[in-house]
Amino acid sequence: MAWETVIGLEIHVQLATKSKLFSGASIAFGAEPNTQACAIDLAMPGTLPVPNKKAFEYAVMFGIAANAEIGKRSVFERKNYFYPDLPKGYQTTQLAEPIVGAGYFDIQLDDGESKRIRIHHAHLEEDAGKSLHEDFHGMSGIDLNRAGTPLIEVVTEPDMRSAEEAVAFAKQLHQIVTALEICDGEMAQGSMRFDVNISVRKPGDPLGTRTETKNLNSFKFMEEAIELEVERQIREIESGNKIVQETRLYNGETRKARSMRSKEDSNDYRYFPCPDLLPIELDDEFIDQARARMPELPEAKKTRFINEYGLSEYDASIITTDAKTANYYESVVQLCKLPKPAANWIIGDLAAQLNKQELSIGESQISPEQLAGLLVRIDDGTISSKGAKTVFEALWSDGGTADEIIERKGLKQVSDTSALEAIADEIIANNPKQVDNFRAASADKQPKMLGFFVGQAMKATQGKADPKVLNQILLSKLTGQ
Amino acid sequence: MYNNSISIWAEKLRKREVSSAELTQFFLKRIEKLDPQYNSFITTCNEQALAQANAADALLAKGDAPALCGIPIAHKDIFCTRGVLTTCGSKMLANFVPPYNATSVENFARAGTVTLGKTNMDEFAMGSSNETSFFGPVKNPWDKECVAGGSSGGSAAAVAACLTPGATATDTGGSIRQPASLCGITGIKPTYGRVSRWGMIAFASSLDQGGVMARNAQDAALLLSTMASFDAKDSTSIERPVEDYSHTLNTSLEGLTIGVPDEYFGEGLNPETATTVQAAIAEIEKLGAKTKAIQLPHTKLAVPAYYVIAPAECSANLSRFDGVRYGYRAELKEGEGVEALYVRSRSEAFGDEVKRRIMVGAYALSAGYYDAYYAQAQKARRLIQQDFVEAFKEVDLIMGPTAPNPAFKIGAKGNDPVAMYLEDIFTIATNLAGLPGMSIPCGFVDNKPCGLQIIGNYFAEGRMLNAAHQFQCATDFHSFEPADIA
Repeated sequence: MAWETVIGLEIHVQLATKSKLFSGASIAFGAEPNTQACAIDLAMPGTLPVPNKKAFEYAVMFGIAANAEIGKRSVFERKNYFYPDLPKGYQTTQLAEPIVGAGYFDIQLDDGESKRIRIHHAHLEEDAGKSLHEDFHGMSGIDLNRAGTPLIEVVTEPDMRSAEEAVAFAKQLHQIVTALEICDGEMAQGSMRFDVNISVRKPGDPLGTRTETKNLNSFKFMEEAIELEVERQIREIESGNKIVQETRLYNGETRKARSMRSKEDSNDYRYFPCPDLLPIELDDEFIDQARARMPELPEAKKTRFINEYGLSEYDASIITTDAKTANYYESVVQLCKLPKPAANWIIGDLAAQLNKQELSIGESQISPEQLAGLLVRIDDGTISSKGAKTVFEALWSDGGTADEIIERKGLKQVSDTSALEAIADEIIANNPKQVDNFRAASADKQPKMLGFFVGQAMKATQGKADPKVLNQILLSKLTGQ
Repeated sequence: MYNNSISIWAEKLRKREVSSAELTQFFLKRIEKLDPQYNSFITTCNEQALAQANAADALLAKGDAPALCGIPIAHKDIFCTRGVLTTCGSKMLANFVPPYNATSVENFARAGTVTLGKTNMDEFAMGSSNETSFFGPVKNPWDKECVAGGSSGGSAAAVAACLTPGATATDTGGSIRQPASLCGITGIKPTYGRVSRWGMIAFASSLDQGGVMARNAQDAALLLSTMASFDAKDSTSIERPVEDYSHTLNTSLEGLTIGVPDEYFGEGLNPETATTVQAAIAEIEKLGAKTKAIQLPHTKLAVPAYYVIAPAECSANLSRFDGVRYGYRAELKEGEGVEALYVRSRSEAFGDEVKRRIMVGAYALSAGYYDAYYAQAQKARRLIQQDFVEAFKEVDLIMGPTAPNPAFKIGAKGNDPVAMYLEDIFTIATNLAGLPGMSIPCGFVDNKPCGLQIIGNYFAEGRMLNAAHQFQCATDFHSFEPADIA
């Protein structure tokens, strides 16, 4: 009988608040070390935490999206352990009374089936700082910029049965928290980090001993780490060994995992309610306001895009995969009122360019305004589709507006009827033989023969003639209609 | 004139009979001359004090200065003072100069007071005798062989010896009231949440409360009206307007009901203290108040519950003192790592009592013991609070002894932590309940001061100060002073 994999996830979602969970210091990514750590974050004597209301609003939004019960009373506790990047010597977190209770998400699997993954709970907590072990000549450096950053830790039930399911869940969670705009979703910056609890068993057996692989920050690493660990566990059991409950680390570079600590070495965290923070009481009004401020979730957005913009199911689902793309799309549409071309360009050329450069849409070199400017000029016939590609590339590399580039590069199509008529007359006058042949030909052969005249006209205008207009003029002159 | 009250000094300042600079210099000189015998100050702020005094004088000259403008006071060394050494009585912070003011310090600074210096205290406020201070014990001005009480022993002794007209202090289990009682002064700990804890170095966060010490209730009212505030920086601060406690001092005590708990006159109380306190309560009756015997049946749970909860909270609160970012850092030997940094820094810089409480607290919170100790203690705490809620349905104030004994000899209880803990037997329950409590001088036992404790309902500070002031108008215990301070 085959082995069954059992997976539960703990996901740290960094909340996109402006300031920290208990202090006014900024949480913006990438600042110089220790420039975003105030006296509270440094745990200076006598300093006290003040809860950030926004973090509660975000956690409540998450709870509503997760179909979960909202903890109207939640309690912060102190989790005690010593570590140099943990300035207070305890992490302020929630344990017995979290802000988000049991809930669930339905995920879509590749075979089109939907599966319900239950959420055990989600709680608010503060992040630790960072220990830097390189470049300090045998010493360690501490960066406390991240210390106190608000997180929600989402804990699932062990409901996933394969790496694919776990990744599908992780991707959906990513989609939802970015759609809610409660997390920037920048995985490479650690905005979402996954701890994966894995065990294997024969179907029908009780749960096997699990291991926890910590701190995976990409879907790819998560998938690799799960596959590796499942293989390892099966191999161990089949060679007669027992699985030891332990914490493991996966290295995405070497594609290897190692044991970090076994359960026996784990700390006694001596949790107790934080006496500096009273229990947090949320009233219905606060919860209702959070609900009212919730942005549209991806499913609802997709349906709306199909109805409102006439997008295909396929285009709509790609564009609503993440909130930033959807927002980008809507900005473009609002500016140019061209929903279909906008979708085509975003899914096509823009996505290709972003992929090539390994950038997210937030880092796009072309703004919605710039793209809308380009789409308008394609639509009104100012430029040809070939010209449009040139403009797009120039927008990406040099910036500016579509109009500036069209002007500078002389990409404007000649669609001025009188100019084109003069050119057509000249071509007709200079090529009597071809004109006679054309007029003598049957109607079904004429379109093909028109190509010669179009070619001549294009040559005369150096390719700038608007082909649509040109075709019309030539046809009417040649057929005399 | 060294023993003038704050209200007298304030009037002289307003009338420009004396300048704040002169007054400040006067007290700085007294500290310099007299304090070597009491050891009540850890730091004096001569230069800063004179600058503050000059600024106050400028404000006074303009004519619309706040009530306390130009008055010199002292801050317990648990309050962070910007640019001024703040040690909390510990070797751990013997070099710590905070870049910020405690909210209380800021409130006094805005009122134009002058900071004379920082007063001695038990290390991290853990102690009842001021003997656990890294800077040596404070000596009681009434008997220099005796303790001044603790943990606010420095503030109490400094006020008793008239080295300052008033001082800030803190009270986690009696640390304002017990030293006030032992030093013969007036001290009040308001309702939990009335005074901001921001910048007040934490011992046990759910119990710590700042308050004031002065030579009489009138002065305490002036100081507390300035110190108290709602503070958004302290989540446990209570959003409620601050009363001017001076306004209600002269209300009659006619019709007031005073509860006298049976449990506060039982075992462990010095018989002479009992008689003295009973006489004081009889005096209050003469002023029109009625007395009523009450029961606080869970009183006996207070000391054990406190010695679980306070150490549990302190075990976490003191984790930040790890030698990494500020304070004492052990010199590491070649090959020693971060573990040694923690162990050695904390072992070398914390005193025995602090270590004892961290160990007790960590034990009480550890897996398998939490329910037996911490959870039980929280239950006891609720029962104690309920006792008071019931009592205050029938009485306006509760009165009894502050401390079971007058000041004892330095070193007498050094090897017996439990005997020391019992010094706070009557004061601890109010902290567990979050209620306001105060101590006023009410007589002498063995020629040493004895205090009357007044406990009020939540936010009844005005009523307590009123009763204390009326008592002081009718008696003169508060105006006695130690022999050699003139």
